[in-house]
Amino acid sequence: MVKKIYFQSIFFSFFFIKEAFAAESGGMPQLNPEFWVSQIFWLILTFGIMYLVLSKLILPKISNNLESRKSQILENIEAAEKQREDSDAKLKEYSEIISKSKLEANSIFNQAKEKALKDIGAKREVLDKQIDNEIAEAEKEIDALRKNAPDKINKIAIETSSELLQKLIGAEVNNSSISAIVDDLFKRNGDKYYGN
Amino acid sequence: MAANPMSQFDVYRIGPEIKVGAFDISFTNASLFMILSTVSILLIFNLGSKKNSILPNKIQLLAELSYTFVSKMISDTAGSKAKPYFAFIFSLFMFVLFCNMFGMIPYTFTVTSHIIVTFVLAAFIFIGVTVIGFIKHGFGYLKLFVPSGVPAVLLPLIVVIEIISYLSRPISLSVRLFANMMAGHTMMKVFGGFVISLGIVGGWLPLSFSVALTGLEILVAFLQAYVFAILTCIYLNDALNLHH
Repeated sequence: MVKKIYFQSIFFSFFFIKEAFAAESGGMPQLNPEFWVSQIFWLILTFGIMYLVLSKLILPKISNNLESRKSQILENIEAAEKQREDSDAKLKEYSEIISKSKLEANSIFNQAKEKALKDIGAKREVLDKQIDNEIAEAEKEIDALRKNAPDKINKIAIETSSELLQKLIGAEVNNSSISAIVDDLFKRNGDKYYGN
Repeated sequence: MAANPMSQFDVYRIGPEIKVGAFDISFTNASLFMILSTVSILLIFNLGSKKNSILPNKIQLLAELSYTFVSKMISDTAGSKAKPYFAFIFSLFMFVLFCNMFGMIPYTFTVTSHIIVTFVLAAFIFIGVTVIGFIKHGFGYLKLFVPSGVPAVLLPLIVVIEIISYLSRPISLSVRLFANMMAGHTMMKVFGGFVISLGIVGGWLPLSFSVALTGLEILVAFLQAYVFAILTCIYLNDALNLHH
């Protein structure tokens, strides 16, 4: 729509140009050669000076600026990359140290545990031995006591019997005959009294 | 009509008449705006290249963006061989752009709305490109007029067409810019005249058109400078890299 109006207007404007041609003697000023040479001269002068200044002074500077910025940015990126790598390596080192120390701690713990277990085992062994010894001694004592017990009992039985007999009969009794009886009883019924 | 829409293109002398031999090289309003354009270009790009900070300020950014824009345009169309001509194409683009843009300010003169200015630029480009072509390829540059893969029967016709199209390059290049500028400015003047003649009652419609046209003309001013520069790049590409 705008385009159509635009071109229509251009067409329209040319109509005006024609009218201008008709109305004034000048017509299109562009076709009036009066100032052509002047325009060419000033165009070459201004454009030439501008071209020289731009190409010799200004454009190299801009290109330099762009280049230096580019290189600086690249450098910065490189430095950042380097630092990242460094930090990565450090991180790795750090994690390695951590894992190492973890392992170390573990081994120390295990060693301590083992040592403690060993200690406990040794102490227990000693204790066990002591206890065993004590038990053995006690058993020995008990055995000794047990072994001695029938004799003592027999003695007591003989003495008691002799005392009783003395009191009953009123006369001295031969101990040896009583002991023979006790022995005889002991042999027959000892197991019943002292059996384990 | 209040004013002749063509009177804005009048060239008039400012100051005394200067004559060198038979030639009149007086300072005119056209000269004034050429000088204004070049001075503002030099000023802006000088300011934009003065400091080299990593974080560019606005004017430096403008200069560097223009630089990369033109440099990308050249490398895209004419390849890396066109590097030595960068400064020329950059100057050309900036000159045409600034002349066009200065013309958008009311009561100014549009340098590029004169056929003689655009034709001199186009003719210089045409001659320069042809000379570059012959220097780079010798008479092999004439192969440009003989496209490959054309049947032998059609060849004479094609060669004639190619030669005509080659020779019409400066004309098409100059007329395109000149006609665009002239037509746009004439049209704006015509609509402006309508605003006056239709008055407070009916003047609003052409006024709104004028507003829209101003935007369009600014676009055209940029676009024509771009087209001028990119066509130069394409011609240069033909001369540097003979594809036929």
